[in-house]
Amino acid sequence: MNKINEMRIDFFATEENVAFARAAVSAFLLPLNPTLEELEDVRTAVSEAVTNAILHGYEGKGGTVRLSAELYEGGRAVLEVVDCGVGIEDVEKAREPLYTSRPDMERSGMGFAVMETFMDAVSVRSRLGHGTTVRMEKQLGCGAMPEKAP
Amino acid sequence: MKHTVKGDTVTVYLDGELDHHTAKGVRAELEALIESPRVKRLVLDLSGLTFMDSSGIGVVLGRYKTLSRRGGTVAVRQPTPHVNQIFRMSGLYQIVEKL
Repeated sequence: MNKINEMRIDFFATEENVAFARAAVSAFLLPLNPTLEELEDVRTAVSEAVTNAILHGYEGKGGTVRLSAELYEGGRAVLEVVDCGVGIEDVEKAREPLYTSRPDMERSGMGFAVMETFMDAVSVRSRLGHGTTVRMEKQLGCGAMPEKAP
Repeated sequence: MKHTVKGDTVTVYLDGELDHHTAKGVRAELEALIESPRVKRLVLDLSGLTFMDSSGIGVVLGRYKTLSRRGGTVAVRQPTPHVNQIFRMSGLYQIVEKL
């Protein structure tokens, strides 16, 4: 599959930037004519992954979050959210619905479940003390390819 | 936050985007609106809510806990299909009525 576009942005791990990350990924995907539903799916998944990086990866103390996206011919989108924070001790447990390490913050523990619901594939790599990478893939629909000029 | 009070029911109209950042303000305002023990029912009108991630589940669940302690209930109405899907997958509709 040929890569047709890619982007990478680094931003400070502050919760105000979650909305920025959603807006950035929307703007990047828009030229591919995704359906509104697909765009919402990706925006929601990115929101969850970036929120996790800020709140859990960096424990709200700040750091740098990297959001990258690659687009392939045929409309496949691959997104990565990377932090260099504390890492996740038990990834399987963290992915369980309703599990949260921060019940004090009224976190629902549904972040990974939401990512899995809205994306085609979600994988998590994490090392304690080194950080976490969440990789998500989604096939954007029939309208995904930009129309060719006549 | 636009809201109406009728009898023991407070109806609140949420708008904009609800994520972890905006959830703090929404949570505080909702808690203030249902603080009085006379309030027994909170209805959240979500027709103006353009985006919500799982932070919204926590916000609704938290207010359900507050009200259920005094025998009250929470209901939501007019969620967008996307918000509806998040509530449905989280199992929230087992305790929160959808009008």
